[in-house]
This record gives sequence, C-alpha cells and structure tokens, in this order.
Amino acid sequence: MANMKLTRRRFLQTTAVASTFVAAPFVRDANAAGSLSVGFWDHWVPGGNKATEEIARAWADKEKIDLKIDFITSQGNKNLLTIAAEAQAKSGHDIFAFPTWWPQQHAESLEPVDDLMKQLIEQNGNVNGTVEYLGRAKGRWLAVPATNGSQIKGPCSRIDLMKQHAGIDVQAMYPAGSAPKAENWNFDTFLKAAEACHKAGVPFGIGLGQTTDSVDTAGAIFQSFDAHLVDKNGKVTVKSDNVRKAMEYYKKLAAVLPPDAPAWDDASNNKWLVSGRGALIMNPPSAWAVAKRDAPQIAEQCWTHGMPSGPAGRFAPFLPYFWGIWNFSKNKPAAKSLLLALSTHDAIGKMVAASGGYDLPAYEKLTTLKTWAEEGPPKGTLYHYPNPHNHQTLSIAAAPAPPAIAFQIYTQAVQTKMVARHLQGEGLERTLAWAESEVEGFMRG
Amino acid sequence: MANIAVRDRAAFATTSRPRGSAREFFRQKSTVAFFFTLPLILLIAILVIYPAFYSVYLAMLSKRMDRFVGWSNFTFLFTRETFWMVVKQSCIFAITAVIFKAIIGFIVAHLVHAIPNEGQRKWRGMLLVPWVIPPALSTLAWLWLFDPSYSAFNYVIVALGGDPIPWTGHALWARFSVILVNIWIGAPFFMIMYLAALKSVPAELYEVAAIDGATWLQKLWYITLPMMRNIIAITTLFSLIVTFANFDIVRILTAGGPIDQTHVFATWAFKLGIEGGDIPLGASISLFMVPILTVAAIFILRDINKRGERI
Repeated sequence: MANMKLTRRRFLQTTAVASTFVAAPFVRDANAAGSLSVGFWDHWVPGGNKATEEIARAWADKEKIDLKIDFITSQGNKNLLTIAAEAQAKSGHDIFAFPTWWPQQHAESLEPVDDLMKQLIEQNGNVNGTVEYLGRAKGRWLAVPATNGSQIKGPCSRIDLMKQHAGIDVQAMYPAGSAPKAENWNFDTFLKAAEACHKAGVPFGIGLGQTTDSVDTAGAIFQSFDAHLVDKNGKVTVKSDNVRKAMEYYKKLAAVLPPDAPAWDDASNNKWLVSGRGALIMNPPSAWAVAKRDAPQIAEQCWTHGMPSGPAGRFAPFLPYFWGIWNFSKNKPAAKSLLLALSTHDAIGKMVAASGGYDLPAYEKLTTLKTWAEEGPPKGTLYHYPNPHNHQTLSIAAAPAPPAIAFQIYTQAVQTKMVARHLQGEGLERTLAWAESEVEGFMRG
Repeated sequence: MANIAVRDRAAFATTSRPRGSAREFFRQKSTVAFFFTLPLILLIAILVIYPAFYSVYLAMLSKRMDRFVGWSNFTFLFTRETFWMVVKQSCIFAITAVIFKAIIGFIVAHLVHAIPNEGQRKWRGMLLVPWVIPPALSTLAWLWLFDPSYSAFNYVIVALGGDPIPWTGHALWARFSVILVNIWIGAPFFMIMYLAALKSVPAELYEVAAIDGATWLQKLWYITLPMMRNIIAITTLFSLIVTFANFDIVRILTAGGPIDQTHVFATWAFKLGIEGGDIPLGASISLFMVPILTVAAIFILRDINKRGERI
C-alpha cells in the first residue's frame, strides 16, 4: 500500500506517459522507438516531394524516430520492381507507396489498417467507392489512401478552341467557385465536339495505346455505357449489348482522334496539349502545369472540368495511390503513427499546395482546398478538378470485376486493344471473341 | 612463366613426398587454376545459375505464388493467342535483324578492310559509335525520330510532299522500326568481328588465287567465306542469343504496341510479370527462350566442331 502513495515525481511521470498515449496512440511501446524506413512515390511535379518530406521529418523529430525516406520513381516501373523485390524478400521499407492496384496484389503481405481508416474517415470524411474497391479486401483495409500521386484524369479543354469550333463554353459549363451546369455535357455532345475539332484541325488528344491514360479514358467511357467485360461476381460479360454499344460509340470517336492514337503513350497527350495541336485531352493538371512553364499562352486557355455523361451516368477515371505497411515491418506502431500524421487536414493541404493542385486526397471533406480555387492562370482552372460538387462518379477502368481480374484487364489494356482492333477493320464479333478469350485467361488461379 | 613455376613446384612436391597431402593438393596446377577462377564461378553462380533455377521454381507456382502447379503455366501459355503471336514476332525480330546485321557487317567490314591502314582507325572508330552508345539512350533518340505525332522523319517526308508514316502506330511499320534500330545498334559488332577475321586471312591465298585467274566472287566464295566461317557462326550465335533476349529497344520504342504486335519474349514477360503482377507467368514466358536458343546453339556449335575436326 505504501507503494501506491502518489508522490509529485510519480504524478509527473504518469502525466507524461498519458500525454504521449493521447498524442501518439500508435507509438506507445518499447518497439515504437528505433527506426522507420519509408518508400514514397517520387513526384514528377518539381518540389512535389518537399511537403511530404517536411511533414515526415517533423513527425520523426517529435517521436524520436530514426526515419529513412526514399523517393522511388515510377519511371521505368522502378517502384513496381521494388515492390516485387520487397514482397519476395520479405524485407525492405516499412511503409511503401503502392500504385492503384498494388495493395490488392499484395493483400496477404500488408498489415491491416482498419484502426487507422476508422479514425481517418471520422476525421476527413468518407472515401469514394473506388478507394474502397481498391483498398479493401475480405472486409479489411489494406492500406491508407495517399494524397501524393492520386489523381483524376478528366478533360482538360482549350477554352478558345472549344468555343470557336464546337460552340461550347467550358467555363460557363464548369464555372469557377460554383456547381457545374453541365446537363447537356454528354457523350453525344462530346462526339459532335470531337468531330468539329477534328474538322478544324485540332482533334481531341485521346490515346488508344496500352498505357494508363488511354486505358483510363476507355474505362470511363465503357462505364458510362454500363459496359463491363466482367461483372462484380466474376462472370464474363464481354458479349453484351452494352459492350457492343460502347464499342460502336468508341469507333465513331476513334475515327476523329489523331491517326496515330493507337501508338500513344502517357506523354503523348501532354505533348498534344502543350504543342497547341488539340482542343482537349484527358489528364490531371500536370499537362497544364507544363504548359504554364513552356507555353504560357496555351496554359491561359486551359480549363480542367468534368467528364461527359453517358446512358449509365457520369464517370471520371480516378487513380489513387496508397500508403501500405508491409507485414514484415519491424515498427508497425510507428508506421501507423506516421500515416496518421501524413493524413491530417494540414498535411494534405501542404501536399496539394506543393504539387500545384495535382495531388488529390480521397476524403470527401477535403475537395475544396484553397489551392484548387486559387491556381491559375486562368484563375479557377483547377476548381472542378477534385470533383468538389460530387458531380461525377469516380471510377477505375474494369471495375466492378473482382480486383484480381480487373487488374489484368487494366494492365493488359484489353479495352483499348478492343477499340484499336475494331478500328483497324476487325469485325466487332471477332474483337469480342478475342476479348472474351483474353478475359477468360485472366481467371486462371 | 607462372605455369612453369607452378608445375615445377608441383613436380618437386611429388618427388619429395610421394604421399598426397593438403599442401600437394593446393600446389597442383588445376587447383591453382580453380582458385583463380573461383571468384568468377561464384559470381556466375550468384548472378546467373541461382536466378535461372529460381525462375524455373517461380514458373511452377500459381498466380498468387501460394502453391506448386507444375507445368500448368506453360500449358496455359500454349492456349493463348498472344503467346503464339509473341513467338512469331520474336522469331521474325531476331532472325531478320541478325541476317541484316550479318550482311551489313560483312559488306562494311570489306569496305573498311579496303581502306589503307593509316585511314582505317578513324573509320573503325566512327562505325563503332552505334554499338558503344548505351542502347537505351540511342533508342530514345530513335523514339523521337519515330514519334507518333512529331516524327522528324515524317517532317522531312511531308516537306517532300509525301504522306506521314505511322512508324510506331501500325504493326508492319512498328516491326520495321524496332528491327531497324536493332540492326543500327548491332551491325558494328558484326563489322568489327568480320574485320578481325578478314585481317587474319593470309594475303598469299588471294595472291595465288589471282595468279590462277580467280574472279572476286570466286575469291570470296572459296577463300574469304571458308576462312571466316567459324567467326560468322560464333558471331551469329552470339547475336541471335542477344537479339532474341532483347528488351530495351522494344520496350522504349513501342512498349510492345500497337496491340501487342511488337512484343518479344522479354518485353511480354515484363508486361505480365512485373506490370501485371503475375510473376510465375512472366517467368514461364522468359524460360521459353531457353529451348529455342539451345537448339540454335547446338546446331551452330556442332557445325563449328565438325569443321574443327576436319581441319
């Protein structure tokens, strides 16, 4: 009983320990001290890494953690190679920035983060359906949606060319600071505009290649027609009427795209916009940012806005990055603590600002940060980029197929290959038969 | 000198100590040779043999890498249309490129050989430039020349009144482009090998043939080609292996497109294995190169051996 006496020293010790528990709920045992290694995605916006590094370093100083940060580029798929190597070796970073589909690929090797997601959703608002589709498996969260690298690949239009050749005022349709007035912005209008711009010598710059920009646009168009190659139960639905309708529409659209569109990669549409050769591309604001630097007169005419709607709704391609903790991490409490620090309102605001508005948080309360309202020229050009009025469904190509199959449809670019094959003269039924065979191959266990 | 010294010591050891011992063992020529080559053997074991066996192991795992599936991945590939297209493309790519590299290398080697010695060095140096530039770099330059929308070649063609060519947008042109770049990079290797072989042909043979009234074609057919035959075979084999396993040119220039029509084994293996996260299937695809190249190697090396025995 004598030991239970509350001395001044004991009171101070208890208070200090309790404060630490409250401030850092995951850094609370002996393992929390020590080191932590993080593999962040190396941002392609100059200065885009700065905010992330500052936030992480400040956290490490506060928590007395020896933090090691690597920024790993996605150029040449170096990040994918690193993920594959670390998963095989069961050794490497504690936290890694996983691109869109990769948490699902390594679901068994990732530490569940349900506790973090519960807290973050309470704090920042709900996440969109695509984040849930990609970030959860078997009822558990695999990773935390990252702000860095997450993006919407909606249209970036030339204000002047769209007005002049297609009679569309994109600024009036998507006014800065207020809700869209885009009831008539549908795929019929889109096709007419594409034809008009093609006729005027400034075609829409949409690729039909096998890289993600092409695949994302194809995915959104297919979804707008409710055209799925595989349904959510894993049933192959390639030979459906909706897929045929989407293909027929795409063939009309492809006829007015640049003739070399089947050879385009992810840089092609950026160059198309910056060189002034096209009236519209589908891209996050990186192309506009490059134009701002290299061709300011073109940047001044760019306006990022929402997708056109189809019979099944309005779908915009959304590609989130995730921060995942490997289950072989030796400092999981510290890793979780860092992810919380990177996901506060302030931290996300800093990252968005550092990336010039490119990075997108996945949480519904964080789509109206001042960066998007203020960036320019023209001022407000990015206002509608984060979908602030929840005007469109954020989606990923090949969803809602089970992620393991959808991932293969996505990476093998089955949808754009279907369009390119059909465009090159292959009969629609032959194209569908080919796609069906490909998709059936993805079912292999 | 080293050989003699070692042998002498070994002989001394044998005479003074008839019974075998560790010291004697370590003084044997073969043991010393083994220890000299041991670092290289270890390097090959770690960087070549282990990964090779590991890739065989990977190729026999399920997609999730959680169970052993034997040959299933290989039999699955046989049912895929794209796989057979890749087999066809790899053969077209490797065989066409090697044939043209050999022909161009042969012609250029003769042209350089005909240049007087004092002027030959600078030509040799200049002609080797495509081969010494890292292929990833030079292919990037070619990519800009073939760029779908901003091709420098097309700029010239259009300026001359022609229609732009879809260099990387149409299967035929895309295949032509990757083969052309491979030839550009690889022909200097053939040239330098053939030039070395040409220099080793005794001049007397040509002089005797000239006295006998042989034409240039007869000299080429009866002297040059037989004397170069082994070099031609070895160079072809080496180039066939390297070209078959090529990755960088296709990856950078077309990434296998359009519609997979320029994929070769290595690029398709990367696409499925790394980008598609199906490492076992990627490993299976890469292993398909082994039997094809083994057959080629057996035929070519058998021919060289036969010729060696005849000589």
